[in-house]
Amino acid sequence: MKNRKLLLENVHIPGIETFDVYRKNGGYRSVEKALNSMTPDEVVEEVKKSGLRGRGGAGFPTGMKWSFLAKPEGVPRYLVCNADESEPGTFKDRYLMEKIPHLLIEGMITSSYALGANTSYIYIRGEFMYILHILEKAIAEAYDKGFLGKNILGKGYDLDLFVVPGGGAYICGEETALLESLEGKRGNPRIKPPFPAVKGLWGCPTVVNNVESLAAVVPIINDGGDSYAAIGIGRSTGTKLISACGNLVKPGVYEIEMGLSVEEFIYGDDYCQGIANNKKLKACVPGGSSVPILPHYLVTKTVSGEDRLMSYESLADGGFVSGSMLGSGGFIIFDEDQCIVRNTWNFTRFYAHESCGQCSPCREGTGWMEKVLHRLENGHGNIRDIDLLAEINKKIEGNTICPLGDAAAWPVAAAIRHFRDEFEWHVTNKDEAITRNYGLSKEPLIA
Amino acid sequence: MKVTIDDITIEVEAGTTILNAARKIGGEVVPPAMCFYSKLPGTGGKCRTCLVEVAAGSTADPRPMPKLVASCSTPVMDGMIVKNKTSERVHEGRSAVVEFLLINHPLDCPVCDQAGECNLQDLGYEHGSVKTRYEEERRTFDPIDIGDKIKLHMNRCILCYRCVEVANQLTEKRVHGVLHRGEHAEISTFIEQAVDNDFSGNMIDVCPVGALTDRTFRFKSRVWFLKPMEAECDCKKCAGKVVLWMFGQEIYRVTGRKDQYGEIETIDDKTAWICNECRFEKKDLSKWKVIGPRVIDRHSVISQGKYETSITPSIKKIN
Repeated sequence: MKNRKLLLENVHIPGIETFDVYRKNGGYRSVEKALNSMTPDEVVEEVKKSGLRGRGGAGFPTGMKWSFLAKPEGVPRYLVCNADESEPGTFKDRYLMEKIPHLLIEGMITSSYALGANTSYIYIRGEFMYILHILEKAIAEAYDKGFLGKNILGKGYDLDLFVVPGGGAYICGEETALLESLEGKRGNPRIKPPFPAVKGLWGCPTVVNNVESLAAVVPIINDGGDSYAAIGIGRSTGTKLISACGNLVKPGVYEIEMGLSVEEFIYGDDYCQGIANNKKLKACVPGGSSVPILPHYLVTKTVSGEDRLMSYESLADGGFVSGSMLGSGGFIIFDEDQCIVRNTWNFTRFYAHESCGQCSPCREGTGWMEKVLHRLENGHGNIRDIDLLAEINKKIEGNTICPLGDAAAWPVAAAIRHFRDEFEWHVTNKDEAITRNYGLSKEPLIA
Repeated sequence: MKVTIDDITIEVEAGTTILNAARKIGGEVVPPAMCFYSKLPGTGGKCRTCLVEVAAGSTADPRPMPKLVASCSTPVMDGMIVKNKTSERVHEGRSAVVEFLLINHPLDCPVCDQAGECNLQDLGYEHGSVKTRYEEERRTFDPIDIGDKIKLHMNRCILCYRCVEVANQLTEKRVHGVLHRGEHAEISTFIEQAVDNDFSGNMIDVCPVGALTDRTFRFKSRVWFLKPMEAECDCKKCAGKVVLWMFGQEIYRVTGRKDQYGEIETIDDKTAWICNECRFEKKDLSKWKVIGPRVIDRHSVISQGKYETSITPSIKKIN
């Protein structure tokens, strides 16, 4: 079956980052269609019909999020694009914005029209400064051709689009922290409620969407929500960008139809082409660093023996005991030589560094876990440290203001659940733990 | 709106938070609060010590809330059922938060001026464990002077953000704030600038721990050796309603009048914040009109041996 592409279909065309080439290849049709023949509510209805779910990680239905937007009289509304992609292992938005910036801008115009926003923002992380320049160039072109600014396409709809760089903090990818940062304040997540749909940017109703979600609005409006919903499986509709990395023959960004089997994705010729250097698969993190890790025997099959598919439901099959999450689509593969303890420490170090420090469980807990894991990895651990880690992450989970605490806790909990032997090996073989990886000492794993 | 907290039902206005509803009931059902300060809008939600379990969201939607919620920032709904003391999960969650708050706290109570009136001390006494499981090195900072009257011990800070809100809401310009992120976050001034403002001293009163202390009182005495007296004076800048902490005829320090939750009292519909002149300069008894002894909660260490309590001491029974 030929894999259908909706977002990256034209990405190979030379010069697609310029307005003229993009327009020649069917670009900005969705803006024309929406503004000429649809009311804003019809656009929202179409997105609802498509079953599009937020591509930033949580998977909340986009159409439903849009319909929650409060619409009081005389108060401006905002659409904010969350381009603060900084989860380890996730690099799909960067690819999309770098290669085909007009797709995002087109999606933002159509979405802003649907929400009745006259000012919209793209909040991009500070390290993506070169992409900011690409986007600004594309926005200038769109202004020039009359797709942005006053009276777009002569339909009396005004829209201004701004790109705002952040300071490079992971926490600013949390929507309320993003809004704080956008207002020029310290990027601390807000206490919810009120939710951004009621009180967001500058106290006005705001919708925050991921880059990929907004880009997906373009094919939804072009071809209709029903035909988008026809792709995929169950409640996971449409296509998804997956950024595959780790020990793969061909890592990179792939656009897949939801419902592709994980086995096909890892070993298929059209996709990652298997594990590099003829090694065996050891573990997989299917949705960016914050989702639970899966050991090799749970990657391609669920615990009930069914094939695991690339979809929100199938990857979550088995809950946190034997499943994981699709998350943001940061697909990380570990081969037999990789050390899970070291990897867990690395992830935790990231979260400890990126915790905003506002609420106690996350501020103190992530730092504590990082120190304990660092000790374990370097051969200074104690067998009770493993239980201590499990205890700490149970105490962080669910007690924090924003999901960063959960995101820090889940990978540690899962790593201990599935790879406890490896943690214990680090305690019992202290000298070896410093000099070599656990993976090398084990019998070859069955793939 | 009717809300039930630990099986006690109370009628409150719409928009009241769970914590304020609990304070209306008073007594044991009130969750502890380290960062929430009812007189400073915008505080709360950060320390997570006030987590409670919501067993039923409202009459209209009686589903329980899946996570523990911060009672200081969650408004009540009609028919909400809240569990605080009666919930095992709350007990666990709260002791977890206390453990987290204490892992990097220096526990230098014996040399800390806040000892005896420290919220964290009380909290640790009630919910903390006897032993720490933290074997790592604690995060440390050097104490710094922010201005000539206030000392900052960042080691003791729990990052409640109360002093930041004081500076935002009571003074014209905030010159201190939170720097850095995560575990390395610290309260500091911009390039060690002095905090110098007529109302900056209130930062000391709102600090739940000993991170911000009065330099004019530093190491002078333990608070429980002093006698708190209510006093007032005619002050142009503030209400002038204070508590004098005296030893004999000598005034050791001046603070605002704090209620049972450690918050500055509301007097004549205004929060009785005091100005720096009253706090730091007027250490002479002739400048004050002393009203009488301040009533202190009999459980507090400050009241030990000073006042007769209305309850006769229980007699130990020997079997």
